[in-house]
Parts: sequence; structure tokens; C-alpha cells
Amino acid sequence: MTSRREFIRISFLGAGALALGTGGCRIFGTDRLPGGITDPENGKGRIPTYCELCFWKCAGWVYKTPEGDIWKIVGNDDDQHCNGRLCPRGTGGTGMYYDGDRLKRPLIRTSQRGKQVFREAEWDEALAYIAVRMKKISSEYGPESMALFTHGSGSSNFINLFRAYGSANIAEPSYAQCRGPRDEAFIATFGEEVYSPEITDIRDTRCLVLIGSHIGENMHNSQVQEMSDAIDKGAVIITVDPRFSTAAGKSKYWLPIKPATDMALLLAWMHEIIYNDYYDRKYVEKYCLGFDQLKAHVRDFTPEWAHGITTIAPDIIRKTAREMANASPAVLVHPGRHVTWYGDDTQRSRAIAILNALLGSWGRRGGFYRPARYELPSPVLPAYPEPSRTWADLFPGKYPGAGLPVTNALIDGSIPENNPAYPIKGWIVNACNLMLTVPDQAKTIKAIQNLDLVVAVDTMPMEITGWADVVLPECTYLERYDVLRTNPHRKPAIALRMPAAEPMYDTRPGYRIARELALKLDLEPWFPFEKQEDLLDWQLKQAGLSLDELKKTGVKNFERENDDIYIGDDEEVEFPTDSGKIELYSSYYEQMGFDPLPKYTPHEEPPEGYYRLIYGRAPMHTFSRTSNNPNLTDLMDENSVWVNPKVAKEWGMVNDQYIRLKNQDDVVSEFPVKVRVTERIRWDSVYMVHGFGHAQKQMKRCFGKGASDTQLITRIMTDPVMGGTGMRGNFVTFITEKAGKEAES
Amino acid sequence: MRYAMAADTLKCVGCSDCVVACQAENKVPIGYCRDWIVEVTDGTYPVLEMEIRSERCNHCVNAPCVRCCPTGASRYIEGGIVVVVPDKCIGCGACIASCPYDARYPHPAGYVDKCTFCAHRIKKGMDPACVAVCPTKCLYFGDLHDPNSDVSQVLRKRKHKTLVPEAGTDPQLYFLI
Amino acid sequence: MKEEIIVSGRMNSMIDPTLHIWHWQIPLYLFLGGMAAGILCFAALYYLRGREKEYLTAVRVAPFLAPILLVIGLLALFADLRHRMYFWQLYANIRMQSPMSWGAWTLMVITPVSFIWSALHIRDIFPEWNWRYKWLFNLEVFFNRHKTALAWIMLIFGLILGIYTGILLSAFNARPLWNTSILGPLFLASGLSAGAATIIFLSKDPAERKQFAKIDLAIIGIELFLIIHMFMGYLASSQVQIEAARMFLGGEYTASFWIFVVILGLIIPALLEILELRKYHIPAVVSPLLVIFGSFMLRFIIVYAGQMSRYLY
Ligand SMILES: Nc1nc2c(c(=O)[nH]1)N[C@H]1C(S)=C(S)[C@@H](COP(=O)(O)OP(=O)(O)OC[C@H]3O[C@@H](n4cnc5c(=O)[nH]c(N)nc54)[C@H](O)[C@@H]3O)O[C@H]1N2
Ligand SMILES: Nc1nc2c(c(=O)[nH]1)N[C@H]1C(S)=C(S)[C@@H](COP(=O)(O)OP(=O)(O)OC[C@H]3O[C@@H](n4cnc5c(=O)[nH]c(N)nc54)[C@H](O)[C@@H]3O)O[C@H]1N2
Ligand code: SF4
Ligand code: SF4
Ligand code: SF4
Ligand code: SF4
Ligand code: SF4
Ligand SMILES: [Mo]
Repeated sequence: MTSRREFIRISFLGAGALALGTGGCRIFGTDRLPGGITDPENGKGRIPTYCELCFWKCAGWVYKTPEGDIWKIVGNDDDQHCNGRLCPRGTGGTGMYYDGDRLKRPLIRTSQRGKQVFREAEWDEALAYIAVRMKKISSEYGPESMALFTHGSGSSNFINLFRAYGSANIAEPSYAQCRGPRDEAFIATFGEEVYSPEITDIRDTRCLVLIGSHIGENMHNSQVQEMSDAIDKGAVIITVDPRFSTAAGKSKYWLPIKPATDMALLLAWMHEIIYNDYYDRKYVEKYCLGFDQLKAHVRDFTPEWAHGITTIAPDIIRKTAREMANASPAVLVHPGRHVTWYGDDTQRSRAIAILNALLGSWGRRGGFYRPARYELPSPVLPAYPEPSRTWADLFPGKYPGAGLPVTNALIDGSIPENNPAYPIKGWIVNACNLMLTVPDQAKTIKAIQNLDLVVAVDTMPMEITGWADVVLPECTYLERYDVLRTNPHRKPAIALRMPAAEPMYDTRPGYRIARELALKLDLEPWFPFEKQEDLLDWQLKQAGLSLDELKKTGVKNFERENDDIYIGDDEEVEFPTDSGKIELYSSYYEQMGFDPLPKYTPHEEPPEGYYRLIYGRAPMHTFSRTSNNPNLTDLMDENSVWVNPKVAKEWGMVNDQYIRLKNQDDVVSEFPVKVRVTERIRWDSVYMVHGFGHAQKQMKRCFGKGASDTQLITRIMTDPVMGGTGMRGNFVTFITEKAGKEAES
Repeated sequence: MRYAMAADTLKCVGCSDCVVACQAENKVPIGYCRDWIVEVTDGTYPVLEMEIRSERCNHCVNAPCVRCCPTGASRYIEGGIVVVVPDKCIGCGACIASCPYDARYPHPAGYVDKCTFCAHRIKKGMDPACVAVCPTKCLYFGDLHDPNSDVSQVLRKRKHKTLVPEAGTDPQLYFLI
Repeated sequence: MKEEIIVSGRMNSMIDPTLHIWHWQIPLYLFLGGMAAGILCFAALYYLRGREKEYLTAVRVAPFLAPILLVIGLLALFADLRHRMYFWQLYANIRMQSPMSWGAWTLMVITPVSFIWSALHIRDIFPEWNWRYKWLFNLEVFFNRHKTALAWIMLIFGLILGIYTGILLSAFNARPLWNTSILGPLFLASGLSAGAATIIFLSKDPAERKQFAKIDLAIIGIELFLIIHMFMGYLASSQVQIEAARMFLGGEYTASFWIFVVILGLIIPALLEILELRKYHIPAVVSPLLVIFGSFMLRFIIVYAGQMSRYLY
């Protein structure tokens, strides 16, 4: 293995320049009014934006103080994603702008007296550096040897660049590390995915079933709002989770399932619903295919059978099945979102899809609504060069059910020992922190060591930037225009993001970065507009709208063309599957060599003295991206490991004690983590909030705080259908001695 | 007029949005807060109950903080709201010591600060910032003397409690249970 | 298991995780105020009873300490304020319900009185003393003529000051430990005891020392009685008060309270004083110093521990 690159964290030359701008953490002056009330409500004007703290993209308003400082961000009342209320992360979005630890200038890796460090560079130099190497990779290996990892609303800029350059190796971690299995399963069943925001009609549901989805901690905004509305309307909530999640605390039924056994529960529910005639007979007969095979398939999957596997009492399984049936079709077995758990995730998601089909909830009020999207005209660009090879050609035959490029396949393709059909030689990583996002860090590092070029486009000195040759600092979403948001929803809508402030330091919007790189790569024809706003202006004009108008409203909602949000009575529906029907039995999967109907397969259990590592979200943080946000660290500055009191007693651990975790492959957490002794977790598992345990010193608030779940996820249960990385098959034990409270460097 | 707030402990998800929103709205310096979230879990796995409370100053009818303030900086304003007038406050801390809810904190500028029920907003007919932002809409605010206010209505409908009633402060922050 | 945690990371400095809004300044202020009150009360009392000649130290010498103690106390109070530029607001308002307010006003009265009292007796310390200005002579004459009225003011405001140092805390029923009506008399007694001890310490007259040793013994007896009652009161009260008492009955303040306050500050000096009264020879300074030390520790411990006791979480 050529160790071309050792892992060196960014160390800056020219520290003097750093003295500039310590934006974060400021104490605002206070204006006093008679009567002792301070009145901060003295801002002038408001600027429309949509939030980039997560991928729900809520539209909001940025308010500024008379001095011109960004003051607060408030939801846009007209927006369906947020209904005028941002979530805590969105409200704390100002912290992203004020964070003094932000990336400030382009950086280029240098070698200096045997030590590899970064130096600050001019944009022109940094972009030229990248262009030269991209041209070289293209001529030596072909443009497909460049891969793009990207996430978030800035993706389109770099996707356009890559397509023009000649590569379609463009992967988002939101596929193989997140929703991929679910989307493939729903496409296989209904011919359609569930989109983002999900088309779940929680607002009007009478029975909401959450399989692990921890809404309330998973703060996807309008879902949380609608769950609350549903509670108000008396909906029954059934939560299946080995942990007493916040949602479980609000549920009529909490099923404290043994982890990794959900499939058995789902099959037993199908059994109950079919054999008690609970299913929506008319709907199934009219729209579904393969009912008889399904019926035969689930004949033996009784509640008693499932009890032995899941530890859920048979009568609870029966009762909850009846609750669903009573609410049908206004019942929603939530498809979840982060579903890459145990490697059979596409099949588990299929089971969820099938269950919904049996209950007749797809396309029905209180189930899944039919989305509508505003189609914005796009400029006619020259045709992209047709890539001769795609990600799927790297390892032919692997992941045949993957509809989108798989991040981990591109990573595998960067490692020569894996014998990919062609090599991946360069990465651009935009707005995803691969080191904490993709499990098996050792593999990612190995891949990086074999590359000729790594570029990171980010706002923060995250771990991934420490591995890059060139770091390009993007300004935050509060300082830029971006693409118009047109995600499908109940009503078609568009939302505008425009800068509330000039880019701080020497940072630039992604559009400008991509375009100037395109110019250096002689790809100007694909970037006909000099600025993002010119493109938006053009698009809106074509649609008969205007940018100036949208600046005043931020959001524009349109009426649906037809009154078709739900399937009408007796409506003939052609589903976009091969058969035009809802496919309970998937011939498509059968053809690919996968189970046409989902099956339960047992998963490995933790050995003696080990506990299953499960993880999730804290409502006030998004993954690893907010861990240094001053406003949000104020709420939570480290994660803890949740341990059942029985386990804590056995190990002699007490609340707030710092320990380290060691996994089945002897990987020890780099930083100590606090113990939280709580009844909220099962005795066979421990729980952690994802996104902490940062090893990047430049992020002063979060460095060394808490433990990284990703570091401990070294065993991956890969989904054979679509390549998802199942991450919940890892087991940890405790190191209680000399955990060391202080983070070490 | 008697302003009051009710927080639904059953719908609240403990997201702390009300806390960040208050900090932003009222320019509460980083490291301080006027409201906070308490999560109570009771029972033994898997028989558990959870109560989540969004807490802040109770704008007590019988407020010890107002009583013990030597300068009159802590005072009632219209609607029974308890506020601190920064320019009258000497920062003696007596009010902080006197509050059974620990609802006050010394602002780094020297005076004592606390929740104002966002008096500057309600004057304009807006809801307090925390109420306006809450994603679960589990905070209710209004005038108890107006039977149609949000808070009057919800208190009529739902069972509720206050915290530490035995301290005799007659708190006006109600928790729906 | 019941778990009750703040999940929004509340960390208001000086409030979380426990209140520590008051540091050394406030207990020092309370101690000095209490001691000064004790001294001034005894001075006034013996003057009014016409015993000025017999109790020279009590009436004339010890009071010289009072203005010094009061000024230091006031400076400590001032040092504790966080919005100092607005200090004057204390004297722009009279808030009868606020102990802090009437404490401030009491000091406003008694501090000048203590200065005047000292000035009237300045020749006891500096026999050669001469006022530089004529009007000061006139003032001295004026106050000497009204010395009885002055003594009454001193006695009344001295008592108010002494009680105030105790009531200040017990007015805060938000802190279960302070929420007891015994704290007022206890602090008053402790202040009087410290005052008596000061007189014993300064006095060279065996008769005067004997008299004040008797007084001190009586006060110590009262203090012990009050302390026992205080704890019985806590234990018979609500859960939060039982928990407050536990800090002293096995909790973190157990050793410091029982050793420094009760044994060293009350029982040992009491024993020493009994022995002394029975004509055993005991170094004269030990017992008064212990009493003063105990009185000082009592304030510190009660102020600090009180801030740890709370209703919630
Ligand atoms: N605040 C916040 N909200 C977010 C995000 C964020 O970063 N922060 N990220 C967003 C994104 S992109 C996504 S994908 C979603 C993810 O949100 P979800 O889809 O809700 O996430 P999951 O990882 O499926 O759910 C985690 C829950 O699964 C439970 N669990 C663990 N193992 C098992 C098991 O074997 N069976 C069952 N039934 N449950 C199990 C855990 O106890 C935990 O409660 O969150 C979104 N919302
Ligand atoms: N162990 C573990 N791994 C997981 C998960 C888990 O729960 N546990 N969750 C999985 C899921 S569901 C998902 S969706 C993925 C998410 O994975 P990612 O999308 O990689 O999420 P983050 O970790 O938030 O990384 C986002 C990066 O974008 C940067 N960034 C933020 N805003 C901007 C911007 O405006 N411009 C640019 N250029 N950069 C920006 C941030 O600084 C950060 O480096 O992670 C997956 N991986
Ligand atoms: S859910 Fe929250 S973080 Fe995500 S876009 Fe909406 S406000 Fe922003
Ligand atoms: S914003 Fe609402 S749901 Fe969130 S913690 Fe506050 S009160 Fe609870
Ligand atoms: S809660 Fe505390 S600060 Fe608020 S009015 Fe009551 S006593 Fe005063
Ligand atoms: S700190 Fe200020 S508001 Fe509080 S009691 Fe003292 S003067 Fe009054
Ligand atoms: S009412 Fe206003 S000041 Fe009080 S907690 Fe809510 S947002 Fe903060
Ligand atoms: Mo995700």
C-alpha cells in the first residue's frame, strides 16, 4: 500500500490572517425600553431563505438588526415544509454563519520539512491546481475516474460540472447510507418512491405506526408538526423501538422490540391482517398483484412465532394489528428514512410497503398522499458527453437493484486491490463529511490514499477536509443564492434562498466555485449564466414569474392542476410498476435473484459482555454538521452513551462517568464518552446520538467531545439489492478504567 | 388582564426550539437562557412514562422576586408580567436567590435577566417567540381573564398542574398533564 | 428508576448546576454586620442602664470597631453587586418588603451613628485628640447633650441590623435550608455572641470580662437550643427540607458544620468559659476568638449550603 498521504489535520500557515473575524459567540448589546423590557424587535426588513441545516429545506425569513447583523431566522408562514415554524436547528442556523471556526480561505496541501500541512491560497491558484489534475485524470484514465460525493442544495452546481466533464459517478450518502433501501422497496412495490419531504399524510392519519422512526428526535419539521396534530385529533400511535424514544413516550402502544427482529413483527402483522380479513379487500383486489402468494407466504408467521423472535407479546401484536385495521385506510405504517440497519433493509422496507398496501393506505387520506411538484423550466444546455462507464461498471453485477450510484461502490472502486473494472482516481467531496458519514473509516482512508486528487468543498474544517489536497471554503446558505426549491408536496411550490449578508472572509457560493472551475476546464457552455441569480431570474421569467416578486414572498404555492391528492373512489389507477399494479409479489426482484416476498433471517446477536450499538438523532443537532454551531452546542455539546441501569450496575458505572467503548473488532473510541444511565434503553443495547466525537482540532467547540458511532461501525452488513451499508450489526463493550476525561490530541 | 402560559407535557418533544428561539429573539448571550427543558422518565423498562416540560419564569402572582428586590427593579407590568428594569437593577442577586424555580440569571452586563413573556411582542399582538416557534404547538399563551384566549380554553379542557405550588408563589405557567 | 434531567443544556453561570450567586462577600457582610450589631447593642444597653463607668470597654472601646466592621461589610456588599454603577438605586427606593432594602437603610442610619459614638469617645483612645475645626467641637457638644437619644437609636437599629442579618436569608423560602424562622434569632444570637466575645477579648477588667462571659454562655446555650430546634424543624417538614437538613446530617456540610460551628465555635468556648468562671486559668483570648470564628463559619456555611438546597431537580 502506497502511503502517499498520512493523515494530517489541517494546520494553517500564516496564522496572522486568522486573527481576522472572530464572528461567533458574540454578546449582543441590549436596547432598553421604558418599563424594563428589552425590545430586540427593531430589525429592518427580512430576507427569504430556505434552511440548509438539514434536507427538509424549510423556507424562512432572515431578520437583521439595524446595524446590519444577522439577528434571527423565522419560518415562512406560507411554507408547507415548516408552516412558519423552524425546528431548533433551523432556528439556530445563525450559529453556522457566526461560527468563528469556519473555513475562511482556500487551502492547498503542501509538504514542508517532511510534514504535510496546508497553506492558504488564492482562489485562482486553488482552482487551477484542481483543473490541471482533473484534466490529467481525464486524459490518463477517462473522466469517469473522477467521482463526486455530494449532499444538500449545492449539489446541482457540481453535478452539472461533472456531467459536463464526462462523469456520472455522482453519489449522495443519502442513498446508500440512508433512504436507498426504502426508496427501492417502494419503487418495487408501488412504482414510486416516498420522496423528501415524505408524502406521509400524518396530519390526517388515525393510526401512525413508527418502525424505529424516532420522530420528535428526528426533527424533520412538518412530520413532527403533523404528528402533534395527529395526537390532538386522537390518532393511535404505535411505536416499535428497542429504545423508549420520545415518540414511544407519546404512543398508545410502545413495542420494545428486540433489535434486528422487525421483519418477524411485520410478517406477523401481515399474517394477522390477512387471516383475520382486516385488509382492504376492495383495494387489494382492484390494485394489487400477488395477494395469494403473499397469503400463502405468511401463513405460518403467527404472533406466537414472532413472539419468540421479537419478544413482543402475541396479544399486543394482535391488538396493534386490529388498531391498524380499524383505522384503515387512514393508517400509516411509516416507511422511515434512515433505514440502512441490518443489510436486509430493502426487504424490510418491502414488508412495510406491502403492509401499507394491504391496509389500502397508499394514495389515501391519512396514509400517503399523491405529491405535486412545480416544474421549473431549465435552460437548454449542450448535451452532456455520454460517459462510457458508470459506477455500476466498476463491479458488474453488484447491487442490481440500486437505482442511484452507491457511495461505497465508488469508494471500493478507488482501491486497486478490489480489482475494479476501472480505477477511480479523484474525488470532489461537496457538503458531506465522508469520514463520519460512511462507516468503515479504515476503508475510506485506504481509498483516499490511492487517489491522485481529493477536493473538499465545505463550510467547516470537518474531518474530510483534513484528507483533501485542496479545501474550498463555501460561504454558508445565509450568504448565497441557491437553486429554487421545488420539492414535491401537497401543493406545488417554489421557495427562494437569497443572501442575507455578503460572504464572510474569502468564501464563495458553490455556484461560483463550480462555474469558475468549469471555466478552467473549458466547460463554459454548460454554465451560461455568470451568477446563480441570473439563472433563477431566467427560470422564473420563463415561468411567467419574477425574482423580485419572489424576494417579497419567499415562497410561492400553486394550486394542483387536478383534484387528485388521494385516489378517488373506484378510480382506475395505473401504478408506474412493470405490471401497472401494486406488486405485493415482486417478479422484478425474483428476476434479479432476490426474494420476491420478504423473509425473516436472523441476525447475529451480541456476544457475552457486548451490547448492540444503536444510534439516532438528537433534536438539536444534524449529524456531524452542527456539532460546532455555537447556538446548538449551547443546548448539547457532547453525546452520551445510554446504558440500562441493570447493565450500569453490573459494570459499576454511574451517571456522567467518562468511559471508552470498544467494538467487536477491538476498535476503541478515540475520545471518552459520558455514561447516561437510563431506563430508556434495553439491556442488550447501548444508544448514542450520531455526529459527535470530532477529531478535528480546528473545531474548537466540538473537538474531542463525545464519541463517534461511525468510528465503532467497522462491520457493515451490505444490502445485496442496492448496496446500502447496514450499520447496526456492531457490538461494543465498556472500558471503564482510565477513560481520561480530557480529550487527547 | 392576567397573562399566563400553558405547556403540554404530553405533546412536547423536548426539542429545545423554544430555548434557541428565545435566545435569538431576546439576544440572550450564548451560555445563558431564559427557558429550558426538563425530561422526566419514570418506571422500569419496558413500563415507562415520560413527561417533558418547557420551563421558564412563572410570572407568579405572589412573586418573591418582586418582594425581595431592594430597588424595585423587579416589578409587575400590565397583565401580571414580572420584569426586571435593567437601569434600576444593582445586581444584588436577591431575586435570584428568592426564586424557587431558578428562573433568573445574572446577565453578563451586570443586571439580572429573565423571561418577559416577550412583552415587546405581545404588545404588538404577536405570540411570545417560544410559543410562535414550537413545532408541536404545545405552548399556549394568552389572557386568563379572556375566556376565549388559547390558554383559557386549553386549561378548561385539560388536566393541569403547576410546579412547586407549596412555595406559595401562585405560578402562572401551567403544565398540561 | 426516575430520571429527571434538563435536556436543553441549561448552564446559566451562577445558577447551574447549583446556585452560587453569593460568594464570600455576603456571609462576610452578614458576619461583620452581626458582630457590629452585637457590639453596638451592648454599648447602648450598658450606657442606657447607666453602667458606662463599669463597662468601659463595652460602652466606649469596643464600639470603635463597629464603624470599621460596618464599612468593610458595606464594601463587601458593594463588591458582590454585579451592576455596581447603579448602586445608588438602593437609596433611591424604600422597599419595606425587601429585607435587602431595609438592611441597606438600617446601615445608612447605624453606620453614621457608630461613627458619632466613636467620635464621642475618641479621647479614650487618643487622649490628646483635638478637633481641627470649630464646628466639629460644636457637633461633639451637641451629640454629647443628646447621647441618650443617640444610644436609643443605636440600640434599636443595632437590634434591627442583628435580626436583619438572619432574616435576609430566611426571607428566601425558595431555598429550603433558609426557609426557617429560626435563622433570624439564631443569627441575632450569633451576632450578639460575637459582640460579647469582642468585648471579652478587648477588656482588661476582670469584672467586665466575667459579666460578658456569663452573657456569652447564656447566648451560646440559646444558640445550641435554636440549632437543635432548627434541625428538628427541618426533619419534621417537607421532603426538600429533610434533604436540606441531610447536608448537615451525613451530607457534605456535616463535618464543617459540626466541627467548626458547633464544637469549636460553641461547645468548646462554652466549656472554656465555664472553667474560667470557676477560676481555672485559661488564656483569655482563646474562647472569644473561637466564638468569633464559629459565628463567622456559621454564616459561611449557611449561606453556601443554602444555595445548594432547592425545590426542583
Ligand atoms: N434532529 C435531527 N433530525 C433529523 C436528522 C438529524 O441529523 N438531526 N437527520 C434526518 C435524516 S437525513 C434522516 S435519514 C432521519 C433519520 O431518522 P429515522 O428514520 O427516524 O432514523 P432511524 O435511524 O431509523 O431511527 C433511529 C431509531 O431507531 C431505533 N432502532 C435502533 N435499532 C432498531 C431496530 O432494530 N428496530 C427498530 N424498530 N428500531 C431500532 C433507535 O432506538 C432510534 O430510536 O432523521 C432526519 N431528521
Ligand atoms: N454512523 C452513522 N453514519 C451515518 C448516519 C448515522 O446515523 N450514523 N446517518 C446517515 C444518514 S441518514 C445520512 S442522510 C448521512 C448524512 O451525511 P452527510 O450529508 O455527510 O452529513 P453531515 O455529517 O452533516 O455532513 C455534512 C457536511 O456538509 C458540510 N456543509 C454544511 N453546509 C454546507 C454548505 O452549505 N456548503 C458546503 N459546501 N458544505 C456544507 C458540513 O460542514 C459537513 O462537513 O449520514 C449517514 N451516515
Ligand atoms: S427541519 Fe429544521 S433543520 Fe431541517 S430544514 Fe427544516 S428548519 Fe432546517
Ligand atoms: S419547542 Fe415546543 S416541543 Fe420543542 S421543547 Fe419547546 S415546548 Fe417542547
Ligand atoms: S418564577 Fe421566579 S422569577 Fe418568575 S415571578 Fe416567580 S419567583 Fe419571580
Ligand atoms: S438583582 Fe436587581 S432585580 Fe434582583 S433583587 Fe437585586 S436589584 Fe432587584
Ligand atoms: S416568553 Fe419570550 S422571554 Fe419568555 S421564554 Fe418565551 S421566548 Fe423567552
Ligand atoms: Mo438521512
